[in-house]
Amino acid sequence: MSGKLTPRAKFATVLLRGAAALSRATGRGDGSVIGGRVGLVVEPELLNLLAEGRGVALVSGTNGKTTTTRFTTAAMEAAGKVATNSFGANMPTGHTTALAKTPDAQLAALEVDEHYLGQLLGATQPKVVGLLNLSRDQLDRAMEVTSLAAKWREIVEKDIHDSIVVANADDPLIVWAAQPATHIVWVSGGQNWTADSSICPVCGKHLDRFGEFWRCTHCGFTRPNPVWTVADEGSAVIAPDGSRVELDLQLPGRINRANAAMALAMAAQFGVSPHQAAPNLSTVQSVAGRYATVERDGRRLRLLLAKNPAGWLENFDMIRPDLPVILALNAREVDGFDTSWIYDVDFNSLRGRSVLVTGDRRTDLAVRLEMDDVDFTVVDDVSAAIGHASAGDVEVIANYTAFQDIRKEFNRVN
Amino acid sequence: MSTSYLRVVWLYPDLLSTYGDRGNLLAIAHRARKRGIEVEPISVRSDQRVPDQADIYLIGGGEDGPQSVAGDRLIQDGTLARAADRGSPVLAVCAGYQLMGESYYASGERHPGLGVLDLKSDRGQTRAVGEVAGDSDPNLGIGRVTGFENHGGRTHLGEAVQPLARVSNGIGNEGGTEGAWAGHVIGTYMHGPALARNPQLADLLIRWAVGAAQLNPLDDTWPERLRSERFHALMEA
Repeated sequence: MSGKLTPRAKFATVLLRGAAALSRATGRGDGSVIGGRVGLVVEPELLNLLAEGRGVALVSGTNGKTTTTRFTTAAMEAAGKVATNSFGANMPTGHTTALAKTPDAQLAALEVDEHYLGQLLGATQPKVVGLLNLSRDQLDRAMEVTSLAAKWREIVEKDIHDSIVVANADDPLIVWAAQPATHIVWVSGGQNWTADSSICPVCGKHLDRFGEFWRCTHCGFTRPNPVWTVADEGSAVIAPDGSRVELDLQLPGRINRANAAMALAMAAQFGVSPHQAAPNLSTVQSVAGRYATVERDGRRLRLLLAKNPAGWLENFDMIRPDLPVILALNAREVDGFDTSWIYDVDFNSLRGRSVLVTGDRRTDLAVRLEMDDVDFTVVDDVSAAIGHASAGDVEVIANYTAFQDIRKEFNRVN
Repeated sequence: MSTSYLRVVWLYPDLLSTYGDRGNLLAIAHRARKRGIEVEPISVRSDQRVPDQADIYLIGGGEDGPQSVAGDRLIQDGTLARAADRGSPVLAVCAGYQLMGESYYASGERHPGLGVLDLKSDRGQTRAVGEVAGDSDPNLGIGRVTGFENHGGRTHLGEAVQPLARVSNGIGNEGGTEGAWAGHVIGTYMHGPALARNPQLADLLIRWAVGAAQLNPLDDTWPERLRSERFHALMEA
């Protein structure tokens, strides 16, 4: 890429890398954000220039962006080198850095914050856009979910021309948002959280559901037929030609099988067959600390990230029922200052197990758990939680900054 | 105690349940059951009739579109307004609170409300987002209130209602007062688990519903710790 860049863009790229390296060296972070910021100041068109001529895949949605981007990158690598923002810096500064750091990659897989999708479509002219799901998230500062779906629909209508949209057929809000696109590939992996789509986004009447299937009896808005599906027992994906693609994922849960199906469908648009791509997905063991296992004092902790009600439900689906579980809740700026959403999470499945509660807002969790008759012990931090847990495996579920605190405690495990 | 059984109706969770509104249903059920009062929680979708034989009605918050759909449905149905007139306890939150008034603004238009409370809502210049707290009306006997607000509306109270609280932090109705009450109807901008953060308010609704002057005290170690943490956080801010 860099061979074709203007001198100004080349200069911006050099400064970007310098700023990122400096930030890393001084221990401020991985430098993606500050690097991109510097580069974009020098050359505002830098993202567009760096993306030009590459085969770009964008991934957006409320939950599973980082993991799906990692899976998609792994799958696309069967076709060549892939630039990616693997640490979750998912705004234009992060995208600019990702592309600047890997100038020789002909392909790119980029995770995009839901609110920047329009901007990224314009800047990168992606070949493929993956739309995962939409649910309530950080309501005190983010847009309410149906407004976001409406904004996406508008963007798809206006800005997606030749791109292929790979979209989740099980989520009515995603289907509604994706519908105006010319080329759509529907994927189904199941959906546990349905509370944000009980109403038809087209006409406002009720959606009827039968398992994964949904339909509005009033206006006829219906789940499209998916061409990629996760097989019933969850160990395989069925490709559009009907062939079974065996999955051997290292990451747990229904949601990750759905993420894998999305990744295979996206990679297929770049000519990578799912049979060729699937083994690559098995190499993904953890993603920016998510699903990583850390050890201390004879306890082996598996770290799970859950930022919103849908995410917590998915995590309850993946934890082993016989193990102690540590729950950590913060409400700092990036988490959202409001903890009301924990009342949308059903904690009943935790009854009868050993539950340890921590984080800045552990008292909020304590009050919440009491209401679902879940026994718990409140502890000051993750170290104290480890002391309380019995030796052996322990599951840890934390929201964003609580998760980062725990990662820090274990030397920023990846 | 005159009853040992409560039917608690949660209205229109399909339209008005944005910020953990289920928390109020859970708080009432939890606190009643701890006292040996059986609770039947009834979620009523917006395409169903509102039951008229309920002991407590709850209605939550939502976006403009769903709010006006819910308002039209409730006016057409008529049951909630009749129940409130009869003296059934009602807790209405955020968009639901605005619906209890004479009129409200949604999607750039003025809509008629149910007229259960003497108040009107319109749009503010800014969105009110953050912790809200204040001293509640001494007549209610529930002490200070604490919650989280997130709304674009401003509410102006008429003669026939009292404010739920005088605001010490946050905006509430318009910066001076928060919420409103008349008879057994309470409206508030404290969203989501308002009753979990204010157990005294939950108990007030239960007392009204069962016709009791007093309820057995519960072990409120955790709710009280949460309350003092939230008040403390406001003092530090």
